[in-house]
Amino acid sequence: MTLRRLLLAGLAAALLPGCGPQVNRSQAVYVLVDTSGTYAKEVHKARSVVNYVLGTLQPGDSLAVARVKSRSFSEKDIVAKVTLDRDPIQATSQKRSFGEQIAAFANSAQASGGSRYTDITGGVMQAAEFLHETGARSKTLIIFSDMQEELDHKTVRDLPIKLEGIRIIALNVTKLDTDNVDPRRYTGRLEWWEQRARAAGASDWRVVNDLEHLERVFAGRG
Amino acid sequence: MNSLLLWPKQPLLSLLLLLTVALPFLYAARAPVQDLIARLARALSNPLRLGARWFGQTAYRLRMRNREVLFAHGSRELKLTIERELERVSALVQRDLQGYPAMQRKLMDEITQIEEDFRRSGEVPPPPPEWVKAIEELAKIKAGGDGVVERILADICKSLDGIYQKVVAEYRRAYQERHNILKRFLPFWRSASQTLTQVERNITGLHESAARIDSNVARLEAIFARRSEAEHALTASASTQLFVSGLVMLIAFGGAYVNFKLISLPMSAMVGGGDYVTETLRASEVAALVIVLFETLMGLFLMESLRFTNLFPLGNITERMRRHLMWVSLVILLVLAGVEVALAVMRDQIIAADVALKQTLGGAGAVAPAEAGWVTRIPTAGQMILGFTLPFALAFVAIPLEYCINSGRVVLGAALVLALRGIGFLLRLAASMAKEGGKLAGALYDVIIFAPLAVERWVVRRRTPAAVPTAPPAGGPLPPIPAQPEEAV
Repeated sequence: MTLRRLLLAGLAAALLPGCGPQVNRSQAVYVLVDTSGTYAKEVHKARSVVNYVLGTLQPGDSLAVARVKSRSFSEKDIVAKVTLDRDPIQATSQKRSFGEQIAAFANSAQASGGSRYTDITGGVMQAAEFLHETGARSKTLIIFSDMQEELDHKTVRDLPIKLEGIRIIALNVTKLDTDNVDPRRYTGRLEWWEQRARAAGASDWRVVNDLEHLERVFAGRG
Repeated sequence: MNSLLLWPKQPLLSLLLLLTVALPFLYAARAPVQDLIARLARALSNPLRLGARWFGQTAYRLRMRNREVLFAHGSRELKLTIERELERVSALVQRDLQGYPAMQRKLMDEITQIEEDFRRSGEVPPPPPEWVKAIEELAKIKAGGDGVVERILADICKSLDGIYQKVVAEYRRAYQERHNILKRFLPFWRSASQTLTQVERNITGLHESAARIDSNVARLEAIFARRSEAEHALTASASTQLFVSGLVMLIAFGGAYVNFKLISLPMSAMVGGGDYVTETLRASEVAALVIVLFETLMGLFLMESLRFTNLFPLGNITERMRRHLMWVSLVILLVLAGVEVALAVMRDQIIAADVALKQTLGGAGAVAPAEAGWVTRIPTAGQMILGFTLPFALAFVAIPLEYCINSGRVVLGAALVLALRGIGFLLRLAASMAKEGGKLAGALYDVIIFAPLAVERWVVRRRTPAAVPTAPPAGGPLPPIPAQPEEAV
């Protein structure tokens, strides 16, 4: 009887990891790529960043890449999105497919040229919607842009944004010609975005221009 | 503090004045203060002594208990050793006694054969015939120049030469035959020698086994007699066993870690790659750990059912149940080993796919897969072999584990006894320090009020005749501090 009890206990211990309490450690990353104006030529760098992020994702994580155009608050602007399968082999296959989609997008974006206006706010709103829907514990929004927003007169974007729990990283924020004339414009622009993000509830705001050491930006999970 | 000083700028003078003022009060309060100090010292030292005694008694009881466990364990081990030795002797005797009649018959046959051959080799040729004497008589005849006689003698000589040649040839042939008989001795001698050597070897083996049994019985007697040298020997043996088994378990732990690393990655395909049980612990790692532990558990049951270990009280199960347990454990172990082989293959595939993906993402483009020759399959095959072998290797960890538990109990018990004794000693030391500290404080108090005491002694000497000793007045000169009752240890 004792032996049978021991065997049952061992079997229960073997099944425990499958049905025990689990901790949500999944992460969701949304990469917003600016394809407007002259910034469109930076898309190949964005592709490298996406590939890097893709390499760091674990099964169960989500990733989406969207473009910033004249009006970006639309699901149609999401170039590719994926939630990785729990099976690592399947997840690898999904990553490969995602990488191919991004490569095709980078080629087409460079070939078609940039859009006339830059609706970063619309893209951020769309990103927040996606990130909240994933239910991931760690939510990261990567904005690959010069952060210079230009809207046409019909587009309304002075709305409150909900960015609670979202970490925002502005990558490769290039300096415009006007910034070169007056650097205060550049710092002022970044400060304005930071204030806006923090006011919207963003958990963190970072500006990273050194793309050689992305591991410092994406070190650790969450 | 400064408020107590009359002249803060001259603290020494102020203190001196303060002491002078306080001296009469201190003198008056001497008896109750001394009593208070003594009581305080006792209040401190008595509980400490009690604690020391309790620790000492507990250490003693624990030592006795450890001693009993040690003797019980040692006697059990020795009994098992003696039983095994007796089984060996029994098997040896049974085997040799079974073959002994045949061996004896063979030996007797060989000896009979040797005796017969020896007797035949000792046969001498028949004595010379009677006519030899006649010839001897003829040989005495002198020739004397008689031609007839000479011719007769010549004929006889010639005939005798012929006969002599024949006799000598016959003689040589007989000797050759005897030599041949003696030559046939050799194999029999060799066979007999080998048989006797075998007998001697068996006897020597028996003798050695008997010596070992004698030695173990002597040790068992020492244990039964509860001799201290037996206790020391068993404790030393337990320490060595603990060290050796610990070392072996460390190696086994390394094997288990390799096993864990081998299956933790592919387990993510089974239980989910992104699932976490805690903040840092993946579900796949827990599952891999459980598999490794389960293999170890099955190994324990297998070793237990094979009677290699005696960790569980399986004495109450029947032999049939024990066999069932053995087969169940073995089958589960085999299944787990098979699962590990499959996981090893899956691990290889996951790593290969991951490497290919990273190469693609890194901009290297689609890399042509390496030619699937047998060389490229070696790591996979190695992982498969490891995956199949390690569970069975882990099964043997039950043996050092048993030794570790048994010897660990003894060593831990000895360490605990040592710790209890150490604490007891420290408490006793503290009690002594408290007691002596009380005495020291009393003496120091008297030193402070030495002036009134000196005056008191002088007054007493003046009032009391020198020849008649009187009892000192109450609070008189230096009454001894009441001695504390010595604690019996």
